[in-house]
Amino acid sequence: MAGAREIRSKIKSVANTRKVTRALEMVSASKIRRAQDLMRASRPYALHMREVIAHIAQANTDYRHPALQEREVRRVCYMIVSTDRGLCGGLNANLFRKILADIHTWQQKGVGVEVIAIGQKAAQFFRRVKVDMVASVTHLGDRPRLEKLIGVIKVVDDAFMQGRVDRVYLCYNDFVNTMSQRPCLDILIPVPAAARQIGETKANGIHPGRDATRIERQSSWDYLYEPDAETVIRHLLERYVESLVYQATLENLASEHAARMVAMKAASDNATKAIDTLTLIYNKARQAAITQEISEIVGGAAAVG
Amino acid sequence: MTTIHCDIVSAEAEIFHGEATLVIASGEAGELGIAPRHAPLLTRLKPGQVEVVGEDGSRHSYYVSGGILEVQPNVVTVLADTALRAEEIDEAAARRAKDEAERILANRGEAKSVAEAQQQLAQALAQLSALERLRKTLKH
Repeated sequence: MAGAREIRSKIKSVANTRKVTRALEMVSASKIRRAQDLMRASRPYALHMREVIAHIAQANTDYRHPALQEREVRRVCYMIVSTDRGLCGGLNANLFRKILADIHTWQQKGVGVEVIAIGQKAAQFFRRVKVDMVASVTHLGDRPRLEKLIGVIKVVDDAFMQGRVDRVYLCYNDFVNTMSQRPCLDILIPVPAAARQIGETKANGIHPGRDATRIERQSSWDYLYEPDAETVIRHLLERYVESLVYQATLENLASEHAARMVAMKAASDNATKAIDTLTLIYNKARQAAITQEISEIVGGAAAVG
Repeated sequence: MTTIHCDIVSAEAEIFHGEATLVIASGEAGELGIAPRHAPLLTRLKPGQVEVVGEDGSRHSYYVSGGILEVQPNVVTVLADTALRAEEIDEAAARRAKDEAERILANRGEAKSVAEAQQQLAQALAQLSALERLRKTLKH
């Protein structure tokens, strides 16, 4: 019966695994609602912010803020939003793969690359890759707070304003629905490049947001600023970066729970299937052992008789 | 009648979107009334109320604790720090905040808390004035 006992312990261990995956699935299922609510609540703000920023990129302002001007790209920075924990399917892996491909094309052009990691997984992964990690923040929890992100935002802002980096990407998983999350590499600054990217994705119909055509094109126009251009634009750009980074963490959080739910459901189903197969094998082994014993007894009796 | 599209959003929620004939807000440099085909404008907002006059003449008023206002010829966007419908403001809470702020100001604590208190006071006063205006319009 040695084979049968081994199979039985195997069944037990798979059953235990199933318990864990079931539990994880249910935890994520309950957390996803809240994460989605948070994400949906602040989505309009980020969308409108993007629009306003895109308008400003078109205005002919006397005040030239560095973030409103495109310069030659010599160094790029990736702000990478990832999860803190694993067991969420290919969520992080898909995002990282996309980022690595992008990093590679920049590096081939001789452009320097640095990353800022938001979340444990990005921090672990990009430590092993040959790029500079200039800042990281982890353990944002189930209710990310803007205060925790201020530090990394300041780092990226300084890097751009001092001219150390010429372009900043914001990388995260965009929550489409529970079954699908889309890895995104959005240009954050400079603003004209960001506006161009938004235009392209809109043309491709990926961001089915709102129509940008409401604005009548004029060859040259500018805003009236109150109190003055510098104060308003500075204030606005600050808010812009904050709200987009914050929104990215919320999108990623919702994506994390959705991905984990789906991955853990698949794992539980697979465990059930494995248990079924193992039970069948176990029964066969048991039956074979019994048959063998009987035939041994019968054989023994015949030999004696 | 020409209208202007108005969006009011805060970081927590979308507060209002729809067509308006007039949008009244308190900008940093003073009160603003924005009618359709207004020149492009960008301003910061003071704590105060934003009033939207709808196509049918209905008035909706919202309280914002600061933010940014963008005007395009046919779109007004208010990016509010926090926005509330005037009906939702708790008058008692606003008064308490005002009293508290005045008390701190009277005691003249350290410089930082004075600035904080002044901010609180401005917010509380703005909330109260939003309420009062709302009450007036309700009476008529």
